[in-house]
Amino acid sequence: MTHTASPAGHSPASRARRRERAAQWLFLTPALLYMAAFFGYPIIKNIVMSFQDYSISSLYTGAAPFAGLLNYRAIFSSGLFGQLAWNTAVFTVVSLAGQFTIGLVLAVFFARNFPLNGVIRALLLLPWLIPLVASATVWRWMLGQDGVINTMLESLHLAPSTGVQWLASTSVALFAVILVNIWIGIPFNMVILYSGLREIPAEVNEAAALDGVGAITRFRYITWPMLRPVVTVVVVLGFIYTIKVIDIILVITGGGPANASQTLAVESYQLSFRTFLFGQGAAMGNILILISIILALVYLRFNRAALRTEGEL
Amino acid sequence: MMKTETTARTRRTVLALAGTAALLAAASACSSSASSPAGSSKGGSSGTITLTAMDYFTSEPAHSAVGDILNSCAASVGVRITHESVANPQLMPKVLQELSSHTLPDLLMLDNPNLQQIAQTGALTPLDTAGVDLSGYYPSILAAGSYQGKAYGLAPGVNSIALIYNKSMLAAAGIAPPATWAELTTDAKKLTTAQHEGFALSADNDGEGAWQYLPFFWSSGADFANLDSAAAVQSLQLLTGMVSDGSMSKSVVNWAQSDVNDQFIAGKVAMMVNGPWQFPLLNAATSLHYGVAPIPVPAAGDTLKVPLGGEVWTVPVTSTATEQAAGKVLACMNSSANQLSYAKQVGYIPSLESAATQLAASDPSMGPFVAEVATALSRTAEVGTKYPAIATAIETAEQSALTGASSPQSALATAQTTATQGS
Repeated sequence: MTHTASPAGHSPASRARRRERAAQWLFLTPALLYMAAFFGYPIIKNIVMSFQDYSISSLYTGAAPFAGLLNYRAIFSSGLFGQLAWNTAVFTVVSLAGQFTIGLVLAVFFARNFPLNGVIRALLLLPWLIPLVASATVWRWMLGQDGVINTMLESLHLAPSTGVQWLASTSVALFAVILVNIWIGIPFNMVILYSGLREIPAEVNEAAALDGVGAITRFRYITWPMLRPVVTVVVVLGFIYTIKVIDIILVITGGGPANASQTLAVESYQLSFRTFLFGQGAAMGNILILISIILALVYLRFNRAALRTEGEL
Repeated sequence: MMKTETTARTRRTVLALAGTAALLAAASACSSSASSPAGSSKGGSSGTITLTAMDYFTSEPAHSAVGDILNSCAASVGVRITHESVANPQLMPKVLQELSSHTLPDLLMLDNPNLQQIAQTGALTPLDTAGVDLSGYYPSILAAGSYQGKAYGLAPGVNSIALIYNKSMLAAAGIAPPATWAELTTDAKKLTTAQHEGFALSADNDGEGAWQYLPFFWSSGADFANLDSAAAVQSLQLLTGMVSDGSMSKSVVNWAQSDVNDQFIAGKVAMMVNGPWQFPLLNAATSLHYGVAPIPVPAAGDTLKVPLGGEVWTVPVTSTATEQAAGKVLACMNSSANQLSYAKQVGYIPSLESAATQLAASDPSMGPFVAEVATALSRTAEVGTKYPAIATAIETAEQSALTGASSPQSALATAQTTATQGS
C-alpha cells in the first residue's frame, strides 16, 4: 500500500490506461444498451414463451402457465415438421444458388466498361426498391392460370394449352415462390459482388492476360480466389435473409396449396397469428434462430480464417 | 493502432456520455407514458367524452357508411368519436398488440369468428353491463357474438354466401339454377365451354376457403367433431369431382373470394359461391346479368346450413363512464333505421329480424340471403376458440384433395388428426 511498493497503481501511464478503458466502456455502453433492449430482450422473451402455454389471454393478463417441452413436442409430432424443414431447405438452397449465380454473372458483366453501364445497373436495382408486398402481388397475378407468364409460354409453345399450374399444383408452387425470391435477391448479390470485383486490382488480371491466360482460367485462378471473402459475406447474409422470408410466400401462395410452399418461418407466423398458439410459434421461431446462429458462427470462423491468411490478424 | 489525442478523446467521451443519457431519457419517457392507464386522457374538463372506434373497413362504401353512422350516433349520445380503419390482415395483430398494452379502443369491431378469442381474455365488457338491449335479434347472431353464454359483440349487419349465377350462360345452356349436388355436378359440366368453367368457389388457405366450403360440409350432415365422417368425405368428393371433370378450375386453391368474383365478372365462370357484399361490383358490370339462388343441398328436401358472416362491435373494458357511452353508441348503431341504411350501403342483412324482413320486401336479390341468415350457423358456437385450428385443418384437407395430392378420405383423416392434436 506504499507508494514505492506499487508504483504502477498511480503512475501517470497506468492512470491514462484506466481512463482509456473507461472511455472505451462509455463508447460501448450505448451499443450494449441498444443490443440488450432490441435484440436481447426479444430473444429471451421468445425463448421463455416457447416453454409456456402462451395464449391470447396471456397477452392481456401477462400470466402464462409453464408448459415444459410441450410446444416443441407439438411441433415435432405434428407430422408436418419434416415437410416444412424440407421445404425450407429447398427454398433456401435453391434461392441462394439462383441469386448468387445470376448475381455473379451480372457483376462480372458490369465490371467491364461499356456505355450505359451505370444506368442499366441502377435499373437492375429496382426489384430491391419496390415494396415486397407490391411486387409479390404482381407476381401472384403474373403466375396465375391465365397470367402473363402462362400466356407467354403458351404462345411460344413451351407449355401445354392448359398452362402451367404455377400456384395451384403441390409440385410446382414451391418453385414458383423460389423463382420470385431469386428475382428479388439478384440485385443484392450483384451489388455486393460487383463492388468486390472492383476491389481486385486490374493489374493482376492485365498481367495474366499479357501472359496469354484465357478469360475462364483468369476467372478461375485470379478473380474467384480474390473474391472469396466477399462471396462468404454474400452467401451467409443471403442465407439469413432467405431462411426467414415470409412476406413473399404469404402474399403469393399463403404457404399452400396444402402446405406445398409452407416454410418454417411462415408456419411460425401462422401458428402465432392465425391459430393464436404463441408458444408454438415462438418455439418454431427459436428453431430458426438456432439454425441462423449456427450459420453465423460458421461465417465468423470462415471470416477469421480468411483474414488470417491475408495476415491481418 | 494510432493513439488518439487527449482532447479529441475527451470530446468523444462527452459525446458517448451524452448518447447514453439520451438513450436513458428516451427509455424512461417510454415507460412513463406506457404506465398511464388507458382512457385516463378521455373525457376532458369540458365534460364531453371522446371515444375511439376501430374497424377494418378501409375501402368504400363501407368506410363512410360506418363513419356516418358512428358520427350521427355520437351526436345523439352526446360524445365525440374518432374512427380508425386498419386493413383486414392487420386488424388482429393490432388488436393483439393493444390487448397486451391495455390500450384497446373504446369501440372495437371484430370479425365474428375472432370474438371468443378476445372475449376469453376478459378484455371485453358484457353488453348487458354496458346497457345494450339484446332483444329482437336473430338467435344465431347473438350466438356468434357470445362467449360462455354472455353477449360481448353485436353485428349491425350480417351476411352469408349463396350461389350467384350468370343468367345469360344458364339461358344459353337451357338450365335453371341447380338445387341439389347431382344437379350442380351435371349443370357445371354443361356450363363448361372453351370460354368459361361451370363453377367456382374460393378454396384458399386464409380463412375464406373454410368459410366457403362449410355450406357443403355442414349440409352433408358432417360436423366439426368428426371431420372425416362419411358425409364430410362426400362433400369434399363433390368438389374434387368438379375439378377432375374440368368444370371447376384447379386454380381455386389460390383464389380468394374477390378473385372468384373477378373471374365471374370477366365471364370465365358461370356460377360461383359468393356473398352480397359483391353486389356493388356486380352491378357496376352493366353487361352482366346475374341471379342469386340458395347453395345446392345433397338431395331435394335437405336443409341448407350456411355459416354466418359479419363483424361484431364490442365494448372493451375501460372506465364505467366510457363503457356506458360506448354501449349507447353501439345500441344506436343497431337501431332499425341505422341497420337498414348500413345494409343497403354495404350489401349486408340487418341483424334485427324485423329490419331484415323489411329489406327482403324492398330488395328481391337479398331474399335468398335473408332466408339463409335465419338458419345460419355461427362458426364458433360449437367449438369456440378451437375454430381457427379447425379451419386451418379443413383448408389444408380441401387443398390436398383439390390438387390431387391426396384422396378426400385421407385428406380429411389427416385434418381430423391435426385438429384434435391442436387442442
